[in-house]
Amino acid sequence: MRVLTLAALLWLPLAQGAIDVYEFEDSAREEVFRELLRELRCPKCQNQDIADSNAELAKDLRDKTYQMLQQGSSKQEVIDYMVARYGNFILYKPPFMASTLILWAGPVLVLVIGALVVLVRTRKKSATANDEALSAEEKQRLDRLLNKNKES
Amino acid sequence: MNRRILILSIPLLLFLGASVFLYKGLFSDPTELESVLIDQPIPEFTLQDLHDLDKQHDKGIFTGQPMLLNVWATWCPTCYAEHEYLNELKAKEGIYIIGMNYKDEREKALRWLDNLGNPYAIDLYDPRGMLGLDLGVYGAPETFLIDSNGVIRYRHVGDVNDRVWQQTLKPIFERME
Repeated sequence: MRVLTLAALLWLPLAQGAIDVYEFEDSAREEVFRELLRELRCPKCQNQDIADSNAELAKDLRDKTYQMLQQGSSKQEVIDYMVARYGNFILYKPPFMASTLILWAGPVLVLVIGALVVLVRTRKKSATANDEALSAEEKQRLDRLLNKNKES
Repeated sequence: MNRRILILSIPLLLFLGASVFLYKGLFSDPTELESVLIDQPIPEFTLQDLHDLDKQHDKGIFTGQPMLLNVWATWCPTCYAEHEYLNELKAKEGIYIIGMNYKDEREKALRWLDNLGNPYAIDLYDPRGMLGLDLGVYGAPETFLIDSNGVIRYRHVGDVNDRVWQQTLKPIFERME
């Protein structure tokens, strides 16, 4: 555990440092830059954003992002540029389209189906509960059994 | 009764479906990204020649015949592994290959070609990975199959070896015009 904490502490300034080399005069643009570094996934390293990754390619993408922003590109323009080259993989948040529909609608769909099943089942149960009143014969039998128990 | 069995078997079917999906996932390579540039022309670029820095190349070199574009670097062990096979492809099958030295040091690259042989018809020098970025290159080696109109038809990530060439690349290469 202590090793882990140590590793985390050592890692932190490194990851921060990666961002801090870039200087911005405009703080709004810097904010966009930071957002982009968090939203773009490093194509080389599967599950790190380009702010976090020390891969050469991640550095190139940071440089490119910085360059584009400095030249006045908007956030969306940078994103479009990256997607045109690396595909939707580079986005942590997949766009809403036919092939990603299941990602967006999946959880809602599961929830709705689950709720429907529960609803239908409880309805059925309360409907059948009334039918299950004991017939006269069954009542007699029950009484007999109970009495028997009492006597013994 | 039949309907009941049908309804009861839905979870089983769902489970089987999910199992097949996940099982297939076991054998897919998550590091292999699909290229978005398939069926798109090679992007515009200007790069220096690796041997002669005064010489510049542009998009025009990618037209006229079907060819391979091989992205390589001396820091990449897999490139070393595939180099001999590229030599063979050129010597035995007469495949036209353009090499792009990617984010590398020029002296090392030149020494590499001197020592291991040069299978490339043209040697592009891309020390800053500019064309690499435009091609969506995310590592080395990568090999692009480009038709005579300069349109990218296929991208292979990883080394080119006999198996990959015979099974995957060659059929596509031969279909290209």
